[in-house]
Amino acid sequence: MTALLRHGRYVLGENPVTGLAFALFVLLVVLAAAGPWLVPYDPLASNTAEALKPPSHAHWFGTDQLGRDLLSRVVVATRLDLTISICAVMIAFAVGSAAGVTGGFYGGWTDRLIGRVLDTIMAFPLFVLAMGIVAALGNTVANIVYATAIINVPFYARLARSEVMVRREAGFIEAARLAGNRGPRILAMHLFPNCLPPMMVQISLNLGWAILNAAGLSFIGLGVRPPTPEWGIMVAEGAAFIVSGEWWIGLFPGAALMLAVFCFNLLGDGLRDLIDPRRRT
Amino acid sequence: MSRTGERSILLDVKALERRFPVGKGWLHAVDDVSLEIGAGECVGLVGESGCGKSTLVKLITRLLDPTAGRIAFDGHDIGGVPAARFARAPERALIQMVFQDPTDSLNPRFTAFDTIADPIRRLGRGRGAGAVSTRVRELAEMVGLPEALLGRFPHQLSGGQKQRVGIARAIALEPKLLVLDEPTSALDVSVQAVILKLLDELRRRLGISYLFVSHDLAVVRLVADRVIVMYLGRVVETGPVERVFANPGHPYTRALLASVPMPERRGERRFRLTGEPRSPIDPSPTVCRFYGRCPDGFERCEREMPVLRSDAAGHAVACHLHG
Amino acid sequence: MSDPPIPLLAVQDLSVEFRTRAGVVHALDRVSFDVQRGETVGVVGESGSGKSVTAFALLRILDPSARISEGRAVFGGLDLVTATEHDLGLQRGRELSMIFQNPRTALNPIRPVGRQIADVLLRHGNVARAQVRRRAVELLAQVQIPDPERRYAAYPFQLSGGMCQRVMIALALACSPSLLIADEPTTGLDVTTQAAIMDLIRELAERTNMATLLITHDLALAAEQCDRIVVMHAGHVVEVAPAEALFETPRHPYTAKLVAATPHGAARLADLAAIPGGLPDLRGELPPCRYRFRCERYAPLCDGPLPRVEVLPGHMVACWKPL
Repeated sequence: MTALLRHGRYVLGENPVTGLAFALFVLLVVLAAAGPWLVPYDPLASNTAEALKPPSHAHWFGTDQLGRDLLSRVVVATRLDLTISICAVMIAFAVGSAAGVTGGFYGGWTDRLIGRVLDTIMAFPLFVLAMGIVAALGNTVANIVYATAIINVPFYARLARSEVMVRREAGFIEAARLAGNRGPRILAMHLFPNCLPPMMVQISLNLGWAILNAAGLSFIGLGVRPPTPEWGIMVAEGAAFIVSGEWWIGLFPGAALMLAVFCFNLLGDGLRDLIDPRRRT
Repeated sequence: MSRTGERSILLDVKALERRFPVGKGWLHAVDDVSLEIGAGECVGLVGESGCGKSTLVKLITRLLDPTAGRIAFDGHDIGGVPAARFARAPERALIQMVFQDPTDSLNPRFTAFDTIADPIRRLGRGRGAGAVSTRVRELAEMVGLPEALLGRFPHQLSGGQKQRVGIARAIALEPKLLVLDEPTSALDVSVQAVILKLLDELRRRLGISYLFVSHDLAVVRLVADRVIVMYLGRVVETGPVERVFANPGHPYTRALLASVPMPERRGERRFRLTGEPRSPIDPSPTVCRFYGRCPDGFERCEREMPVLRSDAAGHAVACHLHG
Repeated sequence: MSDPPIPLLAVQDLSVEFRTRAGVVHALDRVSFDVQRGETVGVVGESGSGKSVTAFALLRILDPSARISEGRAVFGGLDLVTATEHDLGLQRGRELSMIFQNPRTALNPIRPVGRQIADVLLRHGNVARAQVRRRAVELLAQVQIPDPERRYAAYPFQLSGGMCQRVMIALALACSPSLLIADEPTTGLDVTTQAAIMDLIRELAERTNMATLLITHDLALAAEQCDRIVVMHAGHVVEVAPAEALFETPRHPYTAKLVAATPHGAARLADLAAIPGGLPDLRGELPPCRYRFRCERYAPLCDGPLPRVEVLPGHMVACWKPL
């Protein structure tokens, strides 16, 4: 464990961009965890007297049409957005990798069957598919998570499958067989861990995409409902006011979204370096 | 070192065949191969790319199933156990392999310790962590791997060190048969000598039989007792190594020996093969596989597939013009 | 007594260093040798000896992190080290050619082989556009590729390793260069193919009085094929001698060990020598003799600057205590 931490410090120190991304990620996690206690105002408290006030000393991000403090709402929304995207990506990763490595390793009908299921998912424009799933299953946050997870499964499956197929015939896999390992064990302990480094990059890119996806669904009214603070609906609400000049209502949640996606994209490389033993000196 | 009198036969392969479907036909990778390996002896297997030695190796180590023929190990039929289930067979621990490419044959995420410990943990008889660790250290010492290197990953080890890890892993379960697939081709010549001597010493000390696959005839001459020459899936010659190399019976063996660089034969015009090998896909069962490239072929070679015929000293050649 | 002939290629004190994150690697240090018109010179060494770096330096195709820090390489009156890209471009492919180790990867995988030869002809040879295809097919036939008309349109992946190497030779010889640099041309090929390829190179070289610089780790191959051999260790030239003399009576301790480690010469496995120690780390401060820590003959006088002793006419050793 300490070796991992030491290696972690090395990775972060080596590449300043990764260090920056990691710092940003830590900030996001802190805000998600401790947000409700850090913010100056109650994100749900409306105060029509203070409605539509631009950024000022009292309200750093201004207030929205119901007089709610935007800073508080943006910060508290971090928790919901982060949770949705992390849960969705974890589910997609677990299901997708399992499907991909199984298909890639066993080949034959297993591979073909899994392939057809994946093709079906990918045949739809993914966002439309997500919309369809949420509409069919019901308008809840849990369903946004499932929908986002489902549409992301093919990426992991395809990646895992090709990584496994490349390594399937490698000497060390034959050696594992000779040592008495059987199929499932070889998959889990020998093949899959070697496929992880490229998947790390995919995971982190995916996190960013999942946030956008969730925000997008909320933007069109699916999933999260007012008054819950969530970056997507906040941008939707803000969009209506841009024309009349109250730019801050949509801009700040949008900027938060952008920052989160940016952070996850940069984090990808760093995560891969952390996992890949070849980067250890 | 010649074997006289009765020797106990460890590996007995009879009429082994392996075909692969290719397009509308069949690729005959291994065709009617029979061989024996006795206890404690080192048998060399030579042949060039496409001769089927890699497939034969996979069949013998039971990573692949034969399409016909028998494989018996220490009297038991192991060819009948499907490769997918062989991991749990009692013979699994007794047949092991050392690979050619030390980089490719070690899991990049496993330390040297984990690599050597893996077979012990999987097939060793109920050992605790302490016993495993002791055994790994014992093996590392046997193969000359400094204990300090056990915690390293493959990319932190040199070629020779990686190969030692591979050897330690292979002997961990005290196998009776070790297949060595070009164990030194990827190493520098200075390291090669050390590894070859190590392998020889281990064989004598632990009483293991070797199947030594190599394209380097000079090395085979030094390490093997007997040699098997393969061409396009069939065995064309076999016998005690000194006899076969001094007096090759099959024209292909002669061509192989003539291709080995020999500084003392500078400037001499030597025997060379011409033409392309015949196709291994749906080969005719009545035409000798070497016919066409053979300098000595005649009409019988087209009608009748030659079979191995042995002389008194155990030197067998599959050629109509020999014996 | 007439003056000695001006060598075709005269390499003097060539030094190359690589800038890496871990420090400056002194890959080559004052490498000197020459190649006469029409002769075959072998450069022999283990991995890390600098033999491939030397070849790449001559053609100036080194990695961007490399720098030729010292020395000259005079080829036909032009110093390759200081030549402009333009002048160098005129030489490469026309007077000075190279073939590489892995034939299939050295060819453009998405271009038919015949067209690749045609490209060279168009760029360098004074061949009219209309004649280019015919000339390319002629070249394919010259390197003994069967059915050259049809093979003109083949892609590298459709050809065997040996055939790809022949195509590369055709490419390199298209404009009848006066010097061919062959970097491990037969490593990875079957031994019979290797013999055929070496025969081909020698035959074509004799026909056009082309000089060859053969880079290989296989000392036996070099001793068989070359007129003279340059032995390298850790970026130094340690011995230069006629092939036969070098193999039979090596004068540098490293060469002697290399010869003893070659399986070819040994009668028994026990005779095979290992070379103790490993390559020195080529970064930072290095002793004048880089073999010093592995040498059994070390004496305090070996700490002096590395000498070049001509023990016999044409036989040079870089050693204070030659054998």
